[in-house]
Amino acid sequence: MADASNNDAFVEFERVQKSYDGENLVVKDLNLIMPRGEFLTMLGPSGSGKTTCLMMLAGFETATHGDIRLGGTSINNIPPHKRGIGMVFQNYALFPHMTIAENLAFPLEVRKMGKSEREAKVKRALDMVEMGAFGGRRPSQLSGGQQQRIALARALVFEPELVLMDEPLGALDKQLREKMQFEITHLAHRLGITVVYVTHDQTEALTMSDRVAVFEDGRIQQLAPPDKLYEEPQNSFVAQFIGENNTLEGTVKEINNGVALVQLDDGELIDCKPVNVSKPGERTRVSIRPERVEYNKDRLSEGAHTLKAEVLEFIYMGDIFRTRLRVAGNDEFIIKTRNAPDQVRLQPGQQIEIGWLPEDCRALDA
Amino acid sequence: MSALPPYATTGQRAWYYSFRVICGLIFFFLIAPIVVIIPLSFNSQDFFTFTPEMLRLDPEGFSLKHYRDFFSNDSWQSAMWNSLKIAPMATIVSVTFGTLAAIGLSQPHVPFRRAIMAILISPMIVPLIISAAGMYFFYSRIGLQGTYIGVVLAHAALGIPFVIITVTATLVGFDRSLTRAAANMGADPVTTFFRIQMPLILPGVISGGLFAFITSFDEVVVVLFVGSAGQKTLPWQMFIGLREQISPTILAVATILVAISIMLLATVEMLRRRSERLRGMSPS
Ligand SMILES: Nc1ncnc2c1ncn2[C@@H]1O[C@H](COP(=O)(O)OP(=O)(O)OP(=O)(O)O)[C@@H](O)[C@H]1O
Ligand SMILES: [Mg+2]
Repeated sequence: MADASNNDAFVEFERVQKSYDGENLVVKDLNLIMPRGEFLTMLGPSGSGKTTCLMMLAGFETATHGDIRLGGTSINNIPPHKRGIGMVFQNYALFPHMTIAENLAFPLEVRKMGKSEREAKVKRALDMVEMGAFGGRRPSQLSGGQQQRIALARALVFEPELVLMDEPLGALDKQLREKMQFEITHLAHRLGITVVYVTHDQTEALTMSDRVAVFEDGRIQQLAPPDKLYEEPQNSFVAQFIGENNTLEGTVKEINNGVALVQLDDGELIDCKPVNVSKPGERTRVSIRPERVEYNKDRLSEGAHTLKAEVLEFIYMGDIFRTRLRVAGNDEFIIKTRNAPDQVRLQPGQQIEIGWLPEDCRALDA
Repeated sequence: MSALPPYATTGQRAWYYSFRVICGLIFFFLIAPIVVIIPLSFNSQDFFTFTPEMLRLDPEGFSLKHYRDFFSNDSWQSAMWNSLKIAPMATIVSVTFGTLAAIGLSQPHVPFRRAIMAILISPMIVPLIISAAGMYFFYSRIGLQGTYIGVVLAHAALGIPFVIITVTATLVGFDRSLTRAAANMGADPVTTFFRIQMPLILPGVISGGLFAFITSFDEVVVVLFVGSAGQKTLPWQMFIGLREQISPTILAVATILVAISIMLLATVEMLRRRSERLRGMSPS
């Protein structure tokens, strides 16, 4: 699937705005360029405008301003049924009065495909989701997970280049969810389709996507591959929203050679990587991931700033230890350590010193 | 209805039995006038009462002469044909417009939907005589009074509220994402309507159509105003029969109408169950 044309923009949102009532913008200035074959996830809290974006792309809502392009042509004036976009609805939207096979054949029938070709494709699609034996059943006779797979097969059977999925796994239990996550990504990559996936489950977003767009308040807060998003959040909303995060508040003292010296509110000094602070005197929120915090002095570099901490709680979680500390007046400071033979188990009440590499500690907006 | 539990109090026992008695009385009150005409229609005399022969179950007391009269008498025959020409057309018109109106009015963005709905349903609420008088004056002005089309339209206006109500009720449970899914898969709006929406709301459409048909089939007030001799329907003829001839043929006709109604109801119920099964719902 990887040739030069893959790098061309396939889906483009340019300065898109959307308002339902003519007053409040639900989507504010959305700019997004997706290459062909990408698996992009829209992640964000409830009401942040994810479904609205999907609906604009599918053609069920019109953008108030801006342009949406598919393969270089503007689709603002193309009705939904001519866009050729596959979609998996949150509630599956299988036609209850048709059998599974008829459901799958529907998009092929409206394309006036011949019977034998249609049947072959339906069979192939059913086999792809391992539901070959269920063609004669009705949707109401399937379990939730099976219906979900049929919805997926139906969105793919007419071989659309772009498939939209709106929280397709929302109704499934954890185990099935994880299995389906794997199946969907696997299938998408095998078929080389472009996918826009909506979820508010961040684990799902991180494990499935090539890139994740974090939505908040109608804007993309950050658009990055999962590892970048987790390790290099661009603002404190993203840091807080993705994964577990420790926040300390303070003021920038000085910035030298790409290292910011931050004075925390209780007076202690720490070294950070300045991300969106630029000058001394600015307020900042410092973000550190729990697994990047070190309390074993030997592993800290010479001259690193350390903070005093008091152990409040030790939680044994099997593969990891999760310890809650009081650091610089923050009672919710979490550290995570791997359960290794030489790992020290901290006891509540113990006084320790913690530290980290300056690049793991990001000074973000306040 | 469940059996009386062993712990029922005297009051509950009393209520349990009186409830049954009340139900029986209501049923009797509703059904008796209809049931009684059926044996009377086989009367061999030209009376509206049970003759001693009939009460003795003597075969002499019974005959099919009133039925023979119905099928051979010209005015009854033309009345039946008029009814059969008017009711189905009125049903088709009601079902078409009623269904479209119900679908349109179920879209959330339609302005004044409550008001429009109320207006469309008003023929059901406004006293028939008022609608009939209004239609008479209006149709006279526009040249529809006394025409076949006029009667069909008038009956359709009476039938539309039933269709709107039943179809709106089925649309409440209709999932809009189904039509979106269909559009998404490349179906144009017309295909989507006939392949997805119509089959799913069919039970409502069928019941509405049945009500519309029956409304037209036994309507007498409006047709008296809007129709002319050329549109003399069965109920109209029965009305005349009662007033002028007092012939027991009317009982034969009534029995036939009851039979038709029961058959229609049964057919429709079967169709409804079938399509509910198709929708993946269990027949209720
Ligand atoms: N049809 C509509 N009319 C008016 N407002 C709407 C409509 N649909 C959505 N909204 C509003 O637009 C905003 C964004 O909604 P949207 O459905 O896009 O959120 P979302 O990100 O998909 O949320 P969720 O995760 O809960 O599904 C919300 O504030 C919502 O109230
Ligand atoms: Mg949503």
